[in-house]
Amino acid sequence: MSVMTDAGTCHCALVGTPNSGKTALFNALTGSRQKVANYPGVTVERKAGVVHTPSGLCIRVIDLPGTYSLRARSPDEVITRDVVLGKLASETPPDLLVCVADSTNLRLAIRLVLELKQVGRPLMLVLNMYDIAKKRGVEIDTEALSKRLGIPVVTAVAVRKNGIDAVLRELDGLALRQYAGDAATWQPPSTAELRSGQHEADAIIRATVRMPAGSDTLTARLDAVLLHPVAGLAILFAILFVMFQAVFTWAAPLMNLISSGFNALAGLVAAAVPAGMLQSFLVDGVISGVGSVIVFLPQILILFLFILLLEDLGYMARAAFLMDRIMGGAGLHGRAFIPLLSSFACAIPGIMSTRVIDSHRDRLVTILVAPLMTCSARIPVYTLIISAFIPATTVWGAFSLQGLVMFGLYAAGIVAALGVSAAAKFIFWRDQPSPPFMMELPDYKLPRPKSVAIGLFMRAKAFLVRAGTTIFSMMVLIWFLATFPRPPAGAAGHAIDYSLAAWLGRLIHPLLEPLGFNWQISVALIPGMAAREVAVAALGTVYSISGGKASATQIGHMLAGQWSLGTALSLLVWYIFAPQCASTLAVIRRETGSWKWMAVTFGYMLALAYIASFATYHIAAALGVG
Amino acid sequence: MLPDNPFTQKRSPLGSEKIGYRGNINAIVSRDGSNALSPDELERRLIELGFIEGATVEILHEGIIGGDPIAVRVDNATVALRRREAMAILVD
Repeated sequence: MSVMTDAGTCHCALVGTPNSGKTALFNALTGSRQKVANYPGVTVERKAGVVHTPSGLCIRVIDLPGTYSLRARSPDEVITRDVVLGKLASETPPDLLVCVADSTNLRLAIRLVLELKQVGRPLMLVLNMYDIAKKRGVEIDTEALSKRLGIPVVTAVAVRKNGIDAVLRELDGLALRQYAGDAATWQPPSTAELRSGQHEADAIIRATVRMPAGSDTLTARLDAVLLHPVAGLAILFAILFVMFQAVFTWAAPLMNLISSGFNALAGLVAAAVPAGMLQSFLVDGVISGVGSVIVFLPQILILFLFILLLEDLGYMARAAFLMDRIMGGAGLHGRAFIPLLSSFACAIPGIMSTRVIDSHRDRLVTILVAPLMTCSARIPVYTLIISAFIPATTVWGAFSLQGLVMFGLYAAGIVAALGVSAAAKFIFWRDQPSPPFMMELPDYKLPRPKSVAIGLFMRAKAFLVRAGTTIFSMMVLIWFLATFPRPPAGAAGHAIDYSLAAWLGRLIHPLLEPLGFNWQISVALIPGMAAREVAVAALGTVYSISGGKASATQIGHMLAGQWSLGTALSLLVWYIFAPQCASTLAVIRRETGSWKWMAVTFGYMLALAYIASFATYHIAAALGVG
Repeated sequence: MLPDNPFTQKRSPLGSEKIGYRGNINAIVSRDGSNALSPDELERRLIELGFIEGATVEILHEGIIGGDPIAVRVDNATVALRRREAMAILVD
């Protein structure tokens, strides 16, 4: 039978070892015609796209998580195995497999090819990053390699547009070829089979590839500094510090631009729509609410820019190496570094990226503490309070005091995460040896602007979609709660005092009063459960409605006049710890497959938040600023 | 697993070698005990990362605390692992 299933469409799966440049090839093949979603039931990211071959064939390409073997040790690798074997019910079994290999590092990829051949589907090998290999003096006899492996082999430079023409031509040929149905003989390889497979792969490489003596000298020279026990760590911390200062200083002009844009829009709407219920809804509810969240897009993008650059550069694996023993002291795995760093952007992708951790226990601990990392949704809250209450002075010559307070908040989150993980290790796994840390350190590569741009675009889109859906609907709800019921005619005081919001806020206020929170904060924390940053917009709505005219950007000035420093600090501390994010809890439930760990996370975070805020408020009061 | 050979008694675990060490892998011998993985599984993982008999290894870097973990050049790739797991890699 032919692999073409229906009229001119066929399904193709990209498989490869980690760091083979598989995603770069996927991006080059599909460009912006890709869709990122999740596989049903699990949070493994499903990346699919469409490519048209020269002969007009339409190929649906799916990018699978990287793996060394189909043995599948992590949830990520289970997806790869099941899709490749055609066992995943939600996925059309692939008609062809494309194994992607880094031309400079073929040993493990060739062994994977030998294993993939047993799957019995048409297979081809793409030697990726061929230009780098050639520059280093690696000579690959692709014809001989193809003959030895019994499959088509093409070279490619995925980061260049014309570098994938050969791949497309070969896909065309492969898709039209006849093959003898499903002849799957794959079984999980035993130790002996893995060993003989690697020996065979090495023999094939000896016969077909000439490697230059010595390694990549640039990577070696960089690693001499970047992996140095002292200098390497110092550089890692310097990078993190620069990253967080950048989030503050670079984003400011853009944020000002966005907020003046929303102010102008609010002005236009206020002029065009007659004063009354509709104007209040549009200006106070929609524009000031959504605007006060979108204004943080530049900061989130700068944070993701750093993470994407470091990842593409190959530095993240080094960071895991440098941090392994240090984090190990707190019961965390070196590999947890990457998910925890991603959690600075958002705990949800962070928790999802723990799938690369193959040990169940290490994964669980990482998931438990990931929400303590300061995610970008906290930035709006922190920024608002810091700019309102912390003077913009310079200390020690170069650092802004506001930046330092921010750094302190991040540090508090990290220290708490380490403490909680150490406690979890002590409570749950006291007597067990820790699972191994083993990972490849890929050669450094210059990040490709295009792939970084695609990554940033996806993040920006996700954020804006959230702002447009979750946050928008919460804003409407809050505006409603803050507006209705209307005060009786001739009533004294602010209209909001008569609203449902005030009633709700006063209901939970007694619980939060010991922390120095007023009822407005109590109201704002409720929608803040949907997404942390909503609390800022909610405060804006609550105060803007109660104050009448102020726009979202002036919330800060107003707060400075209404709250004591103790209340502000207490709220900051609350936000370090509090489990104020329903989506994170939902992801924990899904990733751990149990309500228990979700409840554990919610409970310990709430307890930490309450205790820490209580202490902060009362210490501040004792110092006379409460 | 290879039987002990009187001619290769010089062999020692990679996990106890110093930074800068260069040599060849003589055997992967994973024993029950201090590891979280079963000996067989540890062996499979090491093989999947290219640690097999005959491969050349060099310890390139080590961590700040107790010289752990180590970054090992295996033929032409670099792999990071902890010394405890590297004890299963016997070199000569």
